[in-house]
Amino acid sequence: MAAVLETIGLTRHFGGLVATNAVSFRLEQGARHALIGPNGAGKTTFINLLTGVLSPSEGKILLEGADVTTLQPDARVRRGLARTFQINQLFAGLTPLETIGLAVSERLGGGADWWRRFGARPALVTEAIGIAERFRLTDVLDRKTAELPYGKQRLLEIAVAFACRPRVLLLDEPAAGVPEAERHDLLATVAALPRDVSVLLIEHDMDLVFSFAERISVLVQGALFREGTAAEVAADPAVRAVYLGEGDDA
Amino acid sequence: MLTILFDGVAYGMVLFVLACGLSVTLGLMNFVNLAHGVFAMVGGYVTVLLMNDYGVPFLATLPLAFIVAAALGAVLERTLYVHLYDRSPLDQVLFTIGLVFMAVAAADYVIGSQQQLIYLPPMLSGRLHLGALDIGVYRLFLIVVCAVLVAILHYIVTRTRFGSRLRAAVDDPRVARGLGINVNAIFALTFAMGSGLAGLGGALGADILGIDPTFPLKYMIYFLIVVTVGGTSGMMGPFVAAILLGVADVAGKYYVPELGAFMIYGVMIAVLILRPQGLFARGNA
Amino acid sequence: MSLPEPAADAARLLGRRARIRPAEWLFWALAFAALFLLPERHLILNSIAVQALFALSYDLVLGFAGIVSLGHAAFFGVGAYAAGLMTKFVTGDPLLGLAAAGLAGGVVGFASSFLLLRGSDLTRLMVSLGVALILAEIANKAAWLTGGTDGFSGMAVGPVLGRYAFDIFGHVAFAYSLCVLFVLFVLARIVVHSPFGLSVTALHHNPLRARAVGVPVNRRLVAMYTFAAIYAGIAGGLLAQTTQFVSLDVLDFNRSADVLLMLVIGGTGYLYGGMIGAALFVLAQDQLASLTPQYWHFWIGLALVVLTLVGRERFAKRLGAFARLLPGAR
Repeated sequence: MAAVLETIGLTRHFGGLVATNAVSFRLEQGARHALIGPNGAGKTTFINLLTGVLSPSEGKILLEGADVTTLQPDARVRRGLARTFQINQLFAGLTPLETIGLAVSERLGGGADWWRRFGARPALVTEAIGIAERFRLTDVLDRKTAELPYGKQRLLEIAVAFACRPRVLLLDEPAAGVPEAERHDLLATVAALPRDVSVLLIEHDMDLVFSFAERISVLVQGALFREGTAAEVAADPAVRAVYLGEGDDA
Repeated sequence: MLTILFDGVAYGMVLFVLACGLSVTLGLMNFVNLAHGVFAMVGGYVTVLLMNDYGVPFLATLPLAFIVAAALGAVLERTLYVHLYDRSPLDQVLFTIGLVFMAVAAADYVIGSQQQLIYLPPMLSGRLHLGALDIGVYRLFLIVVCAVLVAILHYIVTRTRFGSRLRAAVDDPRVARGLGINVNAIFALTFAMGSGLAGLGGALGADILGIDPTFPLKYMIYFLIVVTVGGTSGMMGPFVAAILLGVADVAGKYYVPELGAFMIYGVMIAVLILRPQGLFARGNA
Repeated sequence: MSLPEPAADAARLLGRRARIRPAEWLFWALAFAALFLLPERHLILNSIAVQALFALSYDLVLGFAGIVSLGHAAFFGVGAYAAGLMTKFVTGDPLLGLAAAGLAGGVVGFASSFLLLRGSDLTRLMVSLGVALILAEIANKAAWLTGGTDGFSGMAVGPVLGRYAFDIFGHVAFAYSLCVLFVLFVLARIVVHSPFGLSVTALHHNPLRARAVGVPVNRRLVAMYTFAAIYAGIAGGLLAQTTQFVSLDVLDFNRSADVLLMLVIGGTGYLYGGMIGAALFVLAQDQLASLTPQYWHFWIGLALVVLTLVGRERFAKRLGAFARLLPGAR
């Protein structure tokens, strides 16, 4: 299978500290892939390298075979690499409809459109509504984002990333802080993402990881420690040792 | 040539004394205090008025310039500035510009808009001839006084308990409070000291900078340059920056007067663009 | 929200920010009524219109793009000189002069916008201040062109549209400035409610997320800053044409500080704030300056200090009984 996202020897130093150590990682087309690792394993740094918030000390990042190592974060998004944030990063003053609409508008090249009213393009409106329905946001379309219940904000967080119509979707702990009752909704939504979107899930919650992921990569001390199918990784004694050694909050 | 260098160093020394307080409030505490020059102007006026109206000897006015400016700084810090430490830079800008405008208009109203002249005592005026070097006695006096001040400041900030407490309070006020450091008192004292030094700088510089009501606006940019170019790690960065600025300004005005102040503004912008994070490395980025 | 036509409904919701409120009609009705009802006040009204345009421009920078600038006078001043030079050496036609003013402001704004992309608020503040100071210094040194401290005079501004000649009472001047302000306001209103405008508002509120939905943050900031600089340039041009004089103070630090105050008085981010602030500011200046001509900046300073201590937001809300009726861009 073709890799939709690939890193080759990706390395990042912070002074003397190696936060990401020669990571060569492949995300297959249509994958449901999870990246796990104990606290401090360098998951966040890895995500920041992928999305372009940080630039690597060494190594390359390929998106659909094209080198994107030096591209700005927004350019990577336009190439099809979208992400969600562990801590909600939303526009507090905008409504969910506007937020999704903005992402759609940017993708359709509407950002340079300064003469038409926002929402004047039927294509944009139809698509934004469709996405809102998929993420069960239709009942709060017109509320200020800051006033939404936390669970809805989490859904919006994914919806905005999805609205960029990504080839690769990075979900950074999508369920973080979501109350138990709303968790299932969220999981179902993530599971129902269409297969033409390849998903890389970064998650602490092992239930979510094993219910969702087909392949799992384990990051330890900045380096790839194990990679395999969910069953292989679950059965791997070395992985268990890493997690048990780190305590329960893995 | 050497004379220009010498004058430039003297000028730079005065700039440093004027600006070092700001390098703490702006550089370390991240408070955008555009009103720093107000304290310098107050110090300058104290000296000028005491000398001209009351016949107080120049040297005797210097400590008074320091004390008056420091007291004013302490009062303003406790009553007004303290409310704005947590505000956005925009609020701080608005507030301190407001203070500048008030001070400028008040000085104009109370004292008048004319530039104040001072008559230096005979022992400080005149020139010395040392071989090729032709130096003003007052410039030499400035260099000596300021050098002593710099040494004392450096010692206080790096070697004393107060210095380490100040650095702790600036690094993380909450942790510092947890360690039993009285952060409010430290900030207030620092602010007063910085204002006092600005006042002293204004007094010392009254002869070469000139004191008039627009002083805080005229020299604001110079103080900001010293702080931004000098960075925030200790007193040495701003010191070097001040000396360079002084020499560059004096030399620039002497050799290429038509360039005026372009050079120093240009240098400031270049430094800010090339090393914005390096210069304001503490938070705020 | 179970609606038969969800898409039509959504389109309506998305367009709602841009809907014109009744208070807006009132605002402009009053402004144009002044044209006929207060003929003896046209000189000061013209001054208000010019400052209002300048403050509107600054709102685009501060309120929408979120850039704290202390050097907005740079574009105003450049525009004023450009209009002056155009009139003196090329053509007396006012509209062509304004075009030159806008162009000059835009070019300088575009060039300096790249200096403002990096760094903290503090860095931006100082860089913008530095740019304005450099331009002021240039204008001062290039006295052969600008007249230096004596000011730039000898402009013979032709009649507007070839028909309406400027008069000493400011009748034509105010009508001219008000029309320019209105046209540019309508344009600005269209722009801020466009997809482009929403993306700029969004990146101001959360640059991280804006980047993550593919907004090219730097390009948008450059575009908005340049757009605002064109407005400031035109405002400067209006001042030059309607007073037939340009002095060095068009580039003064005080001018940058004043426009900041005007905007802060009226509130940022909804386009009307700067215009309301400008009206209050100019009227206050007129009143206070006639009491204490030299010391009028004392009162400005006092206003700033009190305003910030009380809290700008709270103040803007008080004023906002009116403001709330206007389209909220936040």
